Amino acid sequence: MEPLTTEPVTTQPLTTRIDLDTSPVRDLNAKLHTGSVEACEVLNPQGKHALAVGLRHPVTVDVRGHAGYYCAGMNDGGTVTVHGSVGVGVAENMMSGTVRVKGDASQSAGATGRGGLLVIEGSASMRCGISMKGIDIVVGGDIGPMSAFMAQAGRLVVCGDAGEALGDSIYEAHLYVRGSVASLGADCVEKPMHDEHRAELAELLSAAGFDHDPAEFHRYGSARTLYHFAAANSAAY
Amino acid sequence: MTTEHLRESATFDRAAIAAIQRAAETGVYDIRGWGAKRPLPHFDDLLFLGASMSRYPLEGYREKCGTDVVLGDRNAAFPLHLDIPVTIAGMSFGALSAQAKEALGRGASEVGTSTTTGDGGMTPEERGQSKHLVYQYLPSRYGMNLEDLLKADAIEIVLGQGAKPGGGGMLLGQKISDRVAGMRTLPPGIDQRSACRHPDWTGPDDLAIKILELREITDWEKPVYVKVGATRTYYDVKLAVAAGADVVVVDGMQGGTAATQDVFIEHVGIPTLAAIPQAVQALQELGLHRKVQLIVSGGIRTGADVAKAMALGADAVAIGTAALIALGDNHPRYAGEYEQLGSAAGFYDDFQDGRDPAGITTQDPELAARLDPVEGGRRIANYLRVLTMEAQTLARACGKAHLRHLEPEDLVALTIEAAAMARVPLAGTSWIPGGGL
Repeated sequence: MEPLTTEPVTTQPLTTRIDLDTSPVRDLNAKLHTGSVEACEVLNPQGKHALAVGLRHPVTVDVRGHAGYYCAGMNDGGTVTVHGSVGVGVAENMMSGTVRVKGDASQSAGATGRGGLLVIEGSASMRCGISMKGIDIVVGGDIGPMSAFMAQAGRLVVCGDAGEALGDSIYEAHLYVRGSVASLGADCVEKPMHDEHRAELAELLSAAGFDHDPAEFHRYGSARTLYHFAAANSAAY
Repeated sequence: MTTEHLRESATFDRAAIAAIQRAAETGVYDIRGWGAKRPLPHFDDLLFLGASMSRYPLEGYREKCGTDVVLGDRNAAFPLHLDIPVTIAGMSFGALSAQAKEALGRGASEVGTSTTTGDGGMTPEERGQSKHLVYQYLPSRYGMNLEDLLKADAIEIVLGQGAKPGGGGMLLGQKISDRVAGMRTLPPGIDQRSACRHPDWTGPDDLAIKILELREITDWEKPVYVKVGATRTYYDVKLAVAAGADVVVVDGMQGGTAATQDVFIEHVGIPTLAAIPQAVQALQELGLHRKVQLIVSGGIRTGADVAKAMALGADAVAIGTAALIALGDNHPRYAGEYEQLGSAAGFYDDFQDGRDPAGITTQDPELAARLDPVEGGRRIANYLRVLTMEAQTLARACGKAHLRHLEPEDLVALTIEAAAMARVPLAGTSWIPGGGL
């Protein structure tokens, strides 16, 4: 992917710039945790791990390039935009706020997230939304296999295709897929789209900045047949 | 009818027959609490060599024997300074009542040691009453949130536990109350399944990055523990330390659980006694023994167990089942109620059912109210003090001015099996069977 470091700064004039060619990641996170920074531009991320993690103030962060593992992990109130692609576990266990990835995401995007909005404008690899607990995830492209595994709550919207075993052992998360689904996992079934679902989906697409017609999507969720251990379910595992 | 003249099969004994009959009738496997119940080589198979002519003992009533321990000073700005080396192991709110969690915190704090959350998050009762609280980071991430992470005194990444290495958690529907369900983001009343693998990392290389992330989130203030169930302990400890663990927790197969398949509890893992020397060897080869601290759990009952674990090289121990017993679990005062549940005082292990008469392993408000957290805390503190004083007694007898000065040289084994596992000589000989790894 072409580096996007020449793109104009979208943040406010009070932007703090931290160049990771000359500053350690530890300094970046420590500064973001102080609450004294309103906006921060991260230069030369070079795929470094744990960028802008544990944000606990309403800070805006623009990462100018690719990020490694756990970018914006446990974000609680920050607005993080990655002008590139991200490694494993972007926005893992996010509490609140917004994380936007302009490129693609590796495995476990939004894993166990409890709130906030994660937007991946490209595609996401396997296990997207694994064990999600309330986060909203909107993926512009495709998602890989075993996505939404044991997804407990929240909404996952996929504008492209979904890989194998979507929603395996899902609990109460809502899944919307516009394209094809390679296969559904155990206890995950297609469900009818009602007005409330189309409205929910339209809101998510709008928040993420996509203009797809909600009518093009299919909805999936839990059949709730595996909620209790029972001998009759032994073949399901 | 007397059965003395009848011959019972050693293979198909009455317990095996009952298990087959139960499986045939119910069609489900047996899920229970507690840890391994089978006989295993254990600390009882070791003895201390008290001082006499060739070693000088310390005077029990005059000379001090230190008990404090520092955990996690390798990387963290704020390591834990504990007054005693006996900690409370991770047990979840959900598995235990809020009252029990509070009591554990009260007791631990009174004697200056730590307690640990579990697979279900941190409750205000527990945080409020725990001077030192270790926050577990589990595959399920139930109840994991930034606010509580920042309130924690240490983070324990759980890869497994001794009762079920390789298995995830279970909490049956009868214990998923509205409060438990809310903390875990699950529908109330369902049988909860926890994943056995972490959702966003696999393998030691990823773990190193996960530890880095947790340090960055918490500004390098808190120690990061890694807990493993005892299996391939030598390799697991080496990999955990290489990944950056400040403290390694090794839980032997006698370690307890709130709900696990019986087949898992009894047939997976290795005894605590066998795990400790493997862990110590790994740390020594890395040059990090006593620098990365080792906490051992799984079957600690007495001060003798504490002292023996430390003599083999542990920096501290953790107790779970013993702490529940100290709180009142399996107490004879509930004998009648245990019998109504098809069990008996001293045998009760149906922690999964949530009908614990002692109010410990339950979410039933009426049962839970039976446990007074203040009185429970006093009992825990008493028990922890006794464990510590017993361990000090043995250490002084071996001429040690601090519990951490105990060493393998102070021990002998009563059985060949224990000698081989603990790597100390068979009593009266210089023979250590087996070649280690």
